[in-house]
Amino acid sequence: MIEFTINGQATVFKGDPETPLLWVIRDSAGLKGTKFGCGVGQCGACSVHLSGNLTRSCLIPASAAAGMSVVTIEGIEGIAGRAVQAAWIEESVPQCGYCQSGMIMAAVDLLHRNPTPTDADINRAMTNLCRCGTYGRVRAAIHRAAAAGGQAS
Amino acid sequence: MKASELSCGTGVPSGIGACESSAPAYSGISRRRFLQGSAGLSFALALGAAPSGGSAKEGAGIGAGISAWVRIDAAGVVTIYNPVAEMGQGSSTALPLIVAEEMDADWDKVAIAYSPIEPDIYGHDAIHGRMMMLTVGSFSVEAYFDRLRIAGAQVRHVLLVNAAEQLGVALASLSTTPGAVLHPASGRRLGYGEIAQHAKVPQALPEAQELRLKPVGEFRLIGKSILRRDLRGKVDGSAEFAIDVDLPGMQFGMIQRAPVAGSSPLAFNREVIAALPDISAVIPLDHGVGIVGKNLPAVMKARQQLQVEWSKDAPAEKFDSDTAFEHYASEAAKGDAPVKRVDSKGDIAAADASAAAIYRADYLNDFVYHAQMEPLNAVAALSGDVPRAELWIGSQFPSGLRAEVATLLGIDIAKVTIHARYLGGGFGRRSWHDFGLEAVQLAQQAKVPVKLVWSREDDIRNGMFRPMSLQRMEAGVDADGNITGWRHRVVGDNASIVATGAKIPFYAIPNQAIDLLEMRSGMKTKHWRSVGYAPNKFAIESFIDEIATARKEDPYQLRRKLLRDSPRALKVLDEAVDMSPYGKETAPGRALGLAFSEHQKSLTAGVVEISLVEDTARIRVHRVWLAVDAGIIVQPDNAIAQMEGAIIQGISSALLETVSVKSGAVHQSNFGDYEILRMADTPEIAIRMIASEAPPTGIGEIGLPFTGPAIANAFAALTGKRLRHMPFNSSNIKLAMLDDGGAV
Ligand code: FES
Ligand code: FES
Repeated sequence: MIEFTINGQATVFKGDPETPLLWVIRDSAGLKGTKFGCGVGQCGACSVHLSGNLTRSCLIPASAAAGMSVVTIEGIEGIAGRAVQAAWIEESVPQCGYCQSGMIMAAVDLLHRNPTPTDADINRAMTNLCRCGTYGRVRAAIHRAAAAGGQAS
Repeated sequence: MKASELSCGTGVPSGIGACESSAPAYSGISRRRFLQGSAGLSFALALGAAPSGGSAKEGAGIGAGISAWVRIDAAGVVTIYNPVAEMGQGSSTALPLIVAEEMDADWDKVAIAYSPIEPDIYGHDAIHGRMMMLTVGSFSVEAYFDRLRIAGAQVRHVLLVNAAEQLGVALASLSTTPGAVLHPASGRRLGYGEIAQHAKVPQALPEAQELRLKPVGEFRLIGKSILRRDLRGKVDGSAEFAIDVDLPGMQFGMIQRAPVAGSSPLAFNREVIAALPDISAVIPLDHGVGIVGKNLPAVMKARQQLQVEWSKDAPAEKFDSDTAFEHYASEAAKGDAPVKRVDSKGDIAAADASAAAIYRADYLNDFVYHAQMEPLNAVAALSGDVPRAELWIGSQFPSGLRAEVATLLGIDIAKVTIHARYLGGGFGRRSWHDFGLEAVQLAQQAKVPVKLVWSREDDIRNGMFRPMSLQRMEAGVDADGNITGWRHRVVGDNASIVATGAKIPFYAIPNQAIDLLEMRSGMKTKHWRSVGYAPNKFAIESFIDEIATARKEDPYQLRRKLLRDSPRALKVLDEAVDMSPYGKETAPGRALGLAFSEHQKSLTAGVVEISLVEDTARIRVHRVWLAVDAGIIVQPDNAIAQMEGAIIQGISSALLETVSVKSGAVHQSNFGDYEILRMADTPEIAIRMIASEAPPTGIGEIGLPFTGPAIANAFAALTGKRLRHMPFNSSNIKLAMLDDGGAV
């Protein structure tokens, strides 16, 4: 039995402790915003915040989340989260949308650590894959969110 | 307005067939009931453009050939039915927007719902001349534009007729403003919802020619900056893809497919797998072994213990991608090669005879994988003694799927319901529905609703690829320096794919012989964004530059000469050069390349700026400029997004992507060995959409084909060497650098 919180909710997982956290989030907790893209840590579609750290949840066994707090796309809050989501709409970033939860989780994490990232910072932090090719707009939206976040705080 | 309105209700459906959506066909709400209006709806407007040759199968009181695009409720909410798949291309907003424009709807009061999967009513016949619901080929806006304008104008007309009656005034004294009818003489105003409450649909609807469609200058939605409706759900995680659907009692399935296409399982350790924890069914299939279990990780674990002996007689067993090009080249050289004509013009033999110089080159293209970010999946549920089938799926071809499911189960098509969901990328892969039929098979055998999921490894190893191909080019130039003869032989798999884009309809070359030599590798091949255009334009546009270089001509001027008969194409070319530094300045260590491409009726010309990272032999693309003429643009910002996406996918495939095959088995397995472009390698992109009042043409693919040849042309400008094998990865770049001269 593994206990942790997801978006502030106490959660108990009784299944196989080796189950990747991704599937616990999606199929046990029923939070479908976190996506399965590759299962091997390459694409970033499954990105969540695990006790404050950006984490590819397909790589983490449920047991490793014991006692920790998981935040998913459904639970991002605070100025950075809101600013990022608003900027994503302003820049019309999503196309198919499948990669975007992961992109947003990575962007929020970046802005928490670095409120005014440069293009080079963005290149380093944003390694998620997007087959629809939204990278340019992701970059623009991060800069926009950075500007808005500055005003809001 | 929630973005999830595009799907059926919000979030997880509460049960099989219990989708609380306003959309009509879901789960037993018949079309007839929908047309008659359902509880709480005072008015259902059932009219629209009659699709040619279409017929309404049910619907007493509704004339044959009448379709239903719009419903208006008493509160004035206008529901518009979207007939196409949404895979990021934005058509699910664009098509309803066209209806809303002509009916003068208040866009803030428009809700969008998926239409039922009824091709006779909601399909288009742009591709095979018969009605299909098939979202491919950048056709959606082009194919539906006129019909949806007429449908919108008919709705507006009915509202005006009813308003005239309700107000007791002459029809001619009324006008509309978004969401309402106005009587300017008295200052009275009736909202569409008010009219709808008491409205009657007149016996005879005005025909298209009796309706006044808005002139382009009066558009207030088309061509304006209107947000796509699917955005919000795609930033808060609520947008529902098929992989997100849960049903009560649902289990999870995966299939171990044969590593070589066409092989079958001969024997496998069924008892071992069946005894594993949480596994409920092990299912032999023609092409693999299905495993169904209570959760996906358990199925994934069980799969690791599965041992299968496969048949060894599939034709693909004999195929190696390494040696295929040699074979293609020697077959192409045979005088009696069984070619099929693609296009011909003039007298190519005479052109050969009179040519002052002949140029030749071969270009090669590898297999390329779709890499859509949502791995293939579908949820299937069967119920009843005479089974009904329901399928939740992201499909580009739901009408074909519906028919195939009916055939597979031997049931009437009316018993099959397809619930459309967002597609996490399509790019052509999702216009075939093998994965939907697999889900039905597993659900049928396991006797529970099943969510079938392909792993990424499955998606690649059992992929359907853009075929590898060889393009053999030959051009004759006369004494005055005019290209007078043009031969292009396309050699590769799949006649319906590999030669598309091989024609040169805009180039004024009087004698042409373009043909196809079809090869059969046994591999599964499929349409991939822009289909054959990217490989063929790579050859054509590289070859034009090679000829220009050999003749010491400017490649831009040579293209201007070739495009002289098409003012539209010339303009696109000139705009691309105008907006870029091409022919003006080059930064040190960098070079520019130009290419032109049509895709069906849309036109582009683009310029790329590259540099070569010498130690790793990798190309970097720094900046891209693209001019596009695609007629009237319904959603300008979305069109630009489509160009950006196509350019990035084009660069990705041109620089990185290759699927290699040994004895029919795919070598690559995940994004570690099938790399696609990432943020750090994304160039700056500038797009110029050329203003036009011509009918809209496709935007989904036109931005892709120029990328490969423009990069190769820039590389030649930078190094003097020719890249004739796509992708331009390190090994192909190193080979090109060793090359001592041209094939020319
Ligand atoms: S699914 Fe986790 S990184 Fe791709
Ligand atoms: S928006 Fe489609 S993969 Fe990123």
